[in-house]
Amino acid sequence: MNTFLKTITAAALTLAVTGPAAAADWGKGSTVRIATEGAYAPWNYTDSSGKLVGFELDLAADLCARMEVECEVIQQAWEGIIPALQAGKYDAIMAGMSITEKRMEVITFSRSYAATPAVFVVKSDGPLADFKADVDAVTMEELTAGETAAIEAVKAAFAGKTVGVQIATTHENFLNEVLAGDVTVKTYDTQENLDLDLQAGRVDAALAAMSYWKPLLESDNGKGLEMAGPGFTGGPFGNGVGAGIRKEDQALADMFTAAIDAAIADGTVSKLAIEHFGFDASAKN
Amino acid sequence: MSEALALLAWGDGGWGDEMVFGAFVTLQVATLAFVLGIVFGAGGAAIKLSKVPGVPLIGDLYTTLIRGVPDLITIYIIFFGGGQAAMAVARVFGYTGYIESDPLTTGVIALGIISGAYSTEVIRGAVLAVPKGQIEAAKAAGMSTLTRFHRILIPQVARYALPGLGNVWQLTLKDTSLISVVGLVEIMRQAFVASGSTKEPFTFFVTAAVLYLALTSLSNKVFDKAEIWANRGVRRV
Amino acid sequence: MITLFDKPDNVWELIANGLPWTLTLAASSLAIGFVLAVGLALLRLSPITPLRWAAWSYVYFFRSTPLLVQIFLIYYGLGQFEAVQKSVFWPLLREAHWCAILALTLNTTAYTSEIIRGGLQAVPWGQVEAAKACGMSVLMRFRRVVFPQAIRQALPGYGNEIVLMVKSTSLASTITLLEMTLIARKETSATFTIEPLFVAAVFYLAINFLATRGVMALEYKLSPDLRDAKRSLPLPDQEPVAR
Repeated sequence: MNTFLKTITAAALTLAVTGPAAAADWGKGSTVRIATEGAYAPWNYTDSSGKLVGFELDLAADLCARMEVECEVIQQAWEGIIPALQAGKYDAIMAGMSITEKRMEVITFSRSYAATPAVFVVKSDGPLADFKADVDAVTMEELTAGETAAIEAVKAAFAGKTVGVQIATTHENFLNEVLAGDVTVKTYDTQENLDLDLQAGRVDAALAAMSYWKPLLESDNGKGLEMAGPGFTGGPFGNGVGAGIRKEDQALADMFTAAIDAAIADGTVSKLAIEHFGFDASAKN
Repeated sequence: MSEALALLAWGDGGWGDEMVFGAFVTLQVATLAFVLGIVFGAGGAAIKLSKVPGVPLIGDLYTTLIRGVPDLITIYIIFFGGGQAAMAVARVFGYTGYIESDPLTTGVIALGIISGAYSTEVIRGAVLAVPKGQIEAAKAAGMSTLTRFHRILIPQVARYALPGLGNVWQLTLKDTSLISVVGLVEIMRQAFVASGSTKEPFTFFVTAAVLYLALTSLSNKVFDKAEIWANRGVRRV
Repeated sequence: MITLFDKPDNVWELIANGLPWTLTLAASSLAIGFVLAVGLALLRLSPITPLRWAAWSYVYFFRSTPLLVQIFLIYYGLGQFEAVQKSVFWPLLREAHWCAILALTLNTTAYTSEIIRGGLQAVPWGQVEAAKACGMSVLMRFRRVVFPQAIRQALPGYGNEIVLMVKSTSLASTITLLEMTLIARKETSATFTIEPLFVAAVFYLAINFLATRGVMALEYKLSPDLRDAKRSLPLPDQEPVAR
């Protein structure tokens, strides 16, 4: 049965993946469909009039103008966002998605437009409230002695605690790879559901991007929450956030890269980042 | 209380209009999926009642698989794998483009497949409930297969199947909530989004429950009326 | 209880890690729900109008709203209130598995009570009159005459309910409980293949197959008078139940 199922699944997948490449011609005025989640403020979220708004919506509009294409934004649940790209429901993903080696195995990316460290957030009156590490930033490649010590400090402080994270994220990978065995990991369908449980005290800490936390912590919804420990980048967190694109559509990825280069050069990305995140989370060259 | 009402206000300031819009999407998906399910159900019943050896097994496989596997898993499989499977089939026929599939279409297909498995059993039961003697009598009266079908079988199958199909409708309507996890903005997804944004999940899930109650109650009435209509020529015992 | 960290290479073993939770959820909610459902069915048939009405409303609410809404109302909805977080129930309500068991139990109680009510109403009135004439007390009539027959009558419908509950446990994956469905979803999103979902489907099919066989065997055992010599096992009732 196992082999039988494997064969069927594999057959379906291989057929789909190895079929003749259907790379479209992304000429002037063609339509590019961009998927976003709509539940990850301030990157992309839904306002009370039901409209999709956020950093990536503004950026997408700017990039599409630069690429001289029509853009259509489609809302898609996070968990199926890569499979649906491969299935052709849309042509690009702009949903706070980090460029990781694991994802590069199945799709390609434009260059990064934003980079933001991952950081733990805890309740100010919770058990991890006073946790501090000696370094502010840990890059998960070629660790320095200080960085190794900081990771060990996190491990010691978080031992036996429950940490929440959104499903299918780089943050989930990090917890599974680095804090394996020390903490209980709870996975959530959306970051917003995780926030509800953090406030309710069902998790002791939550791991997500600093750019997500900062505006939340400054708003009413973030009352009683605070960041804890260093910001993490690199390694399992990938190399910044970019637009995810099907491998066959390298031409489209190149167009995005060129447009992002231009938008970074003239300060548009920085301006939008400051407007939405309150700090400059734009990718540096 | 007034705070909750403000959250549910109509227009751009509140989520009332979005929730009601979600209810329309729910109704739309449920209706389309239910109708598709009846088509699958009629086909499934025909396969299950087939006298060709081996053929009924295909029908059994369909109903057993769908009714034995959680609907959530079926939906995930169709959402994640369905597009690729459809493309694989299309490529066999030489089509190389991408097949457009928005969450609505995929949701309708997924729910239609699930609803169809239950409809298969209902329709099969209804066909079996039509007395054999009537078919024989119609044959003896010289009716063609087609005439027998639309004069004798269909009207009675419809009547016998109606209560069961009412159950299938309720199931399909409630199953639409599962499509929310894969992104279709119906009642449930709208409630997720609104409670995430306002941090007031209780208000929005109660609202969602009320909307579902309204939809099920109203559709119950419709099915009751339809049953009375379908039984208009039948003597009450 | 279950750890994903010592990750088995085999996706079958991985999904099997969620089996204990799936079975725990299904078994505990079915067991508690059955007991509550007998009480609720009796209330539905009670001569006291407010009781009958309350029982009807309960059944109506839980059968007319999706289980997913009920789960979210209990897990996220109740968890929002500080009064709940400070109450004595919080140690239970803060845990996803207790919330899941609570929601599944309340839900199955409503459906099962209808199945049992049908069984109770199917007992011929003449038998109850005969039992009365023999001088049996209310309790004894219920225990010896009505209940055993009602249960046998309700068994096929209850078999369906068991299958539906096993399936329903998959909704606990939406509130972070690491049962089979969530493990399969995590693995699917990590590997970008849908194989883990197929594997989970096979597990659910196997559980449901065993459960329906069990109910059929029980039905056979409880129906010595109805046994057909030519047919070894009665076929299960195929009526769908809306959820």
